[in-house]
Amino acid sequence: MRELKITPIKNGTVIDHITSGFALEVLRIIGANNLDKESTVSVALHVRSRRMGWKDIVKVENMELSPQKVNAIALLSPTATISMIQDFKVIEKRPVTLPDHFTGVLKCPNPNCISNQGEPIEPEFDVVHRRPLALRCRYCDRYVDDFLPHLKTR
Amino acid sequence: MGVVITRRGHSGAHRFAKPYTSRACRPTGMGLKGRDLVSIKDLSKQEIESIISAARRHIPVAEGKRTSTLLDGKLLALAFFEPSTRTRLSFETAMLRLGGRTITIADPAVSSVAKGETLSDTVRMLSGYADAIVVRHPNEGASRLASQVSEKPVINAGDGAGQHPTQTLLDLATMEEHFHTLSGLKVVLMGDLRYGRTVHSLAYALALFGAHLVLTSPPALRIPEHIRSDLAEIGADIREEADLRRAVQDADVLYVTRIQKERFGDLAEYARVSSGYRLDPSILEEVKPSFIVMHPLPRVAEIPSEVDSSSHAAYFRQAFLAVPVRMALLSLILSGQPGPGGG
Repeated sequence: MRELKITPIKNGTVIDHITSGFALEVLRIIGANNLDKESTVSVALHVRSRRMGWKDIVKVENMELSPQKVNAIALLSPTATISMIQDFKVIEKRPVTLPDHFTGVLKCPNPNCISNQGEPIEPEFDVVHRRPLALRCRYCDRYVDDFLPHLKTR
Repeated sequence: MGVVITRRGHSGAHRFAKPYTSRACRPTGMGLKGRDLVSIKDLSKQEIESIISAARRHIPVAEGKRTSTLLDGKLLALAFFEPSTRTRLSFETAMLRLGGRTITIADPAVSSVAKGETLSDTVRMLSGYADAIVVRHPNEGASRLASQVSEKPVINAGDGAGQHPTQTLLDLATMEEHFHTLSGLKVVLMGDLRYGRTVHSLAYALALFGAHLVLTSPPALRIPEHIRSDLAEIGADIREEADLRRAVQDADVLYVTRIQKERFGDLAEYARVSSGYRLDPSILEEVKPSFIVMHPLPRVAEIPSEVDSSSHAAYFRQAFLAVPVRMALLSLILSGQPGPGGG
């Protein structure tokens, strides 16, 4: 029998197949620092995966992810899957999907963009290429293909 | 009238969550009345042609040979958040020539902006006062934001290093007036291709009309990759040529832009890049007779004054055409009419 590196959770969310090395960024996205004590967080880095070679896993008890957080995870790790757990059972499992449009997930890398000037607006981006992934700011038209430094959670 | 009702049926009430599909993005072919003009990409090729064609009708009025009351009773807000002389004056002239009136934020240093008011609030306020708003702003995307919050049409008069679609329209009108076509023209774009907003819009529109583009700039001011990628997407015929003399061989137009001091954080870098950046008049001895030199003005030293008397100099005609082109645009957006002579 395979040894379980992290134990099952009763209720909550499992984010699996995270690109190896990105689990800590996923923790930042889900706001792990601000979760209450009911939400135990388990992290596994560099786990063997038949499909991916190596992967990371994050399990969070008593928490559901907002669509915005799922979108941010999809940007960093398009291979990730998200499972909803109730009473130790997986009630829903789905891969993250890239939407055509992102709101409030990234900051525009253009410091002169109007979305970085304190206006009451959320930065908005359209997907212009999927492979490789590239987005474009709806305000200033700037291309973004390097997402990590511009995540709003950072 | 207390509450403004627009064509879209919105009341003056708050609608900040307006979807991105602003008036600019309505399907083409519905006319320009009530539309925004934020980017040249908001216009189809046919709409660009219709504006250029309408501009021709406005020339006698722009020259003061005829009068017009087409926009009598209409009010245009000029919201200029950075210095501009000719763009602001040409919009104002265009509106006054058509019998309309203007209100102006000409100096943000003494307006509510200086008190920390957001652009969103300023534009929302103006949209309650005027029938259309012309916005010039130092931040890229400002006009897009303005079009989202405004109940009235927004015309972008330049946003940072971003778009400047009305300059593009008058540039195209200048070429079309001289060559009677835009298709197949060989246009050399010279100078600040990195920060020069006029060039980005112009390159896109010229590519749309099947012009051949030759880019020549100091290495530090080459065209940004995302603009190149946009041009490639619409199948632009584009190449770079470092030697201006070679670039203008067989060319129809040399479009010169100013190296913009205000876009450089480091003045030493500006001095280094701009020194030696000057059109050598002897180059004009080898060009086609119909060749023209254009410049969005103001120029600093890029074009020596001795070129002004040459038959190739088209930049003062270009500056004049700003008025009839903006008259055509305002007529179409505010009244749905192309201008004098029917429509």
